[in-house]
Amino acid sequence: MNSRAQGADLDLLYSDVEDALRESVRALLSSRCTAQQVTTVYDGGGPGGRLWRSLAVDLELAGLLVPEEHGGAGASAREAAVVLEELGRFVAPVPFLTSSVISVSAALAAGDGTVTARLASGEWTGALAVPLTTGPASFTPAVRVDADGTLRGRVAVVAGAIEADVLLVPAATAAGTELHLVMADDPGIRITPVVSLDMTRQVADLELSGAASRRLLDSSTGETAVRGALRLGAALLASEQVGVADSCLQLTVDYLRQRRQFGRVVAGFQAVKHRLADLWAQVESARAVARYAAAAAGDPDLPVAASLAQAYCSEVAVLAAEECVQLHGGIGMTWEYPAHLYLKRAKADQLALGNAAAHLTHLAELVNLPSG
Amino acid sequence: MDETLRTDLRTRVEELLAEHDPATTGPLEFLRARFDAGLAWVHFPGGLGGLGLPRRHQPFVAELLAAAGAPDRDRRRLTIGLGMAAPTILAYGTEEQQRRFLRPLWTGEEVWCQLFSEPGAGSDLAAVATRASRDGDTWVVNGQKVWTSVAHKARWGMLLARTDPAVPKHAGLTYFLCDMTAPGVEVRPLRQLTGEAEFDEVFLSDVRIPDAHRVGAAGEGWRVAHATLMNERIALGDLAPPRESGMIGVVAGTWRDRPDLRTPGLHAKLLWLWAEAEAARLTGLRLHQKLESDHPGPEGSAVKLALARLAQQLSGLELELLGADGLRYADWTMTQPDLVELTGGDAGYRYLRAKGNSIEGGTSEILRNIIAERVLGLPREPRADSGVAGQEPAR
Ligand SMILES: Cc1cc2nc3c(=O)[nH]c(=O)nc-3n(C[C@H](O)[C@H](O)[C@H](O)COP(=O)(O)OP(=O)(O)OC[C@H]3O[C@@H](n4cnc5c(N)ncnc54)[C@H](O)[C@@H]3O)c2cc1C
Repeated sequence: MNSRAQGADLDLLYSDVEDALRESVRALLSSRCTAQQVTTVYDGGGPGGRLWRSLAVDLELAGLLVPEEHGGAGASAREAAVVLEELGRFVAPVPFLTSSVISVSAALAAGDGTVTARLASGEWTGALAVPLTTGPASFTPAVRVDADGTLRGRVAVVAGAIEADVLLVPAATAAGTELHLVMADDPGIRITPVVSLDMTRQVADLELSGAASRRLLDSSTGETAVRGALRLGAALLASEQVGVADSCLQLTVDYLRQRRQFGRVVAGFQAVKHRLADLWAQVESARAVARYAAAAAGDPDLPVAASLAQAYCSEVAVLAAEECVQLHGGIGMTWEYPAHLYLKRAKADQLALGNAAAHLTHLAELVNLPSG
Repeated sequence: MDETLRTDLRTRVEELLAEHDPATTGPLEFLRARFDAGLAWVHFPGGLGGLGLPRRHQPFVAELLAAAGAPDRDRRRLTIGLGMAAPTILAYGTEEQQRRFLRPLWTGEEVWCQLFSEPGAGSDLAAVATRASRDGDTWVVNGQKVWTSVAHKARWGMLLARTDPAVPKHAGLTYFLCDMTAPGVEVRPLRQLTGEAEFDEVFLSDVRIPDAHRVGAAGEGWRVAHATLMNERIALGDLAPPRESGMIGVVAGTWRDRPDLRTPGLHAKLLWLWAEAEAARLTGLRLHQKLESDHPGPEGSAVKLALARLAQQLSGLELELLGADGLRYADWTMTQPDLVELTGGDAGYRYLRAKGNSIEGGTSEILRNIIAERVLGLPREPRADSGVAGQEPAR
């Protein structure tokens, strides 16, 4: 039996430092990443590159998780989680999760100072070349190392690849999975943008045919590093989902407070109040779960925390976005109202980094609840 | 079904086919002849496309005609006309209106839209502020409608407008048939979360509607509109949909086609939704059997409620099932579709469009209120507006 109360020794609240970080991110996003600006992403526009530079370089978020000796801020996963909450709140179309969390995690595992330093400074934006749907437990490489040492294979729906300067490519050899660095402009790689359900995190199909690469990790450590990066990504994606959910709740409460039908404020109907109260309780639970996943980043319970976070928070974010559309009525279905931005992000996030069913299957092993 | 009736229907169909051989007759000509033979909708009265028979005989006629290769309309283009305008005109329209409108409505020559909702009157439909003022033999209409599905394709609109602002709001409404090509009718596309502009905003400025296009008495609009809404809520399905109709069929198809995607967790979810979809289908069947020629009652709300939820859960599950392919979307370009596609498009489109199912035609919350108050007889919500004069509809 467990004698340790998991989480009891970890701080699940927000620290002053985290609150200050949140404020600076929010201040920037409030002016540079409005819902109107984000919506234009679907028609080929959007705040894109310049917004990312401001976040990555001016606010130094690119190197948040990189230790100071490699040119980063040396912050913990908790701070990155707070940034993700805000990015979720604004449905920001920037590659922080894919570059500054997942790629940085893989680069740190590789111990390659140059790569981490460039990712940390924002000089490079990176992407791990796996389908966005890959969870930590379900990873198998789609690319192989050819006899001539170049890389070959197709990887579907990679997030962050369009923005990337470098790709971290897990590649199979007879001995196991290696991790390779490929420049995004290498003639041996083709990156085809995909019209995506969530254009605020647009995915791309990759085709590598004789791509030149530099090996960062050999087959003894490659797979562990990739899984570790995906696990951290899954743990922290939960905070983005909390940001999405919280924003949906807030938007809905604010709208229904002023919307009148039947001569009354709609939020005053008890059926509506109960719906919103339930949603609030679920968002708060998701927050606790996400905070635990962020705090557990260096803890032996991380695999449980990460799978729990994805199983739970992904569902709450979708629920919140769906309730947001529904409780707005007709206006929630329109393009000009931002509810759909959240719906599309929440649904794509639900499929990302392992869906709830996959994480529950993984949890079943971890907590010893076998299926049959 | 009794044999003599069956024989009689068979004879009528054979006569129609003999006089208008589908192989050599144009589709429109055939459909008009079918209407005139009373084989359009057998539960409608003679002379109006029917034979005055119970509704349940319609599928038999449809089967015979389909088997003979007779042309049919694209019903999906005509959902609003067939499901809502027709029963309303039948129940409340003048004989002249019935003769003028039902035939082209049924054959698909004239598409209909529903001009009910306004920015300030959605769930609280009786709060409509669009004004119609009498001027001799015509009415002059001013106001704005919103979320009007496929108004850009419609020839006619069912319009609910306020004709008497001095009386309590439910009593001051009148129902009209609005010519969408009349001067003063302006239709502006309104983009939807799918990227398309399936619905529109409709601005009415000094639109003149002849009094002959009023349905029901002045002030009786709420009652007439109610008939439209009750029909809307049951019109969503066929009379006798086969098993796996609608969204469950689509998702079950994906499951069968893609063994590579199957997982035990998703399997359990799909099976439960299959059971729920079948329960909803059978509930709908029972409802239609009870209906026969009567007007639909509030019970129809339960089926619409279930179908909306199922379409949403199933289309959501399909994206989870598709995984990587679920992250793709066909096209965000703004277009103005010809029809409302509830199960068409790609999986992403279906997921997004299904969100409207619990809003259009009365939200699921309003339907629950209807079941609670009108089926179960529970006390009404306290309201601030009953008896309030309508000149300043509650917003
Ligand atoms: C895809 C689509 C197609 C449509 N097509 C048409 C059309 O062709 N013609 C037409 O006239 N209209 C159409 N509509 C409009 C639709 O009928 C209205 O959107 C709907 O009635 C809700 O009104 P509303 O949008 O003003 O929401 P509101 O009435 O403002 O409602 C907002 C939220 O509050 C809830 N709510 C309101 N009152 C209560 C209450 N008393 N108790 C509990 N909850 C409550 C609602 O359920 C909803 O969730 C369409 C809408 C959509 C989404």
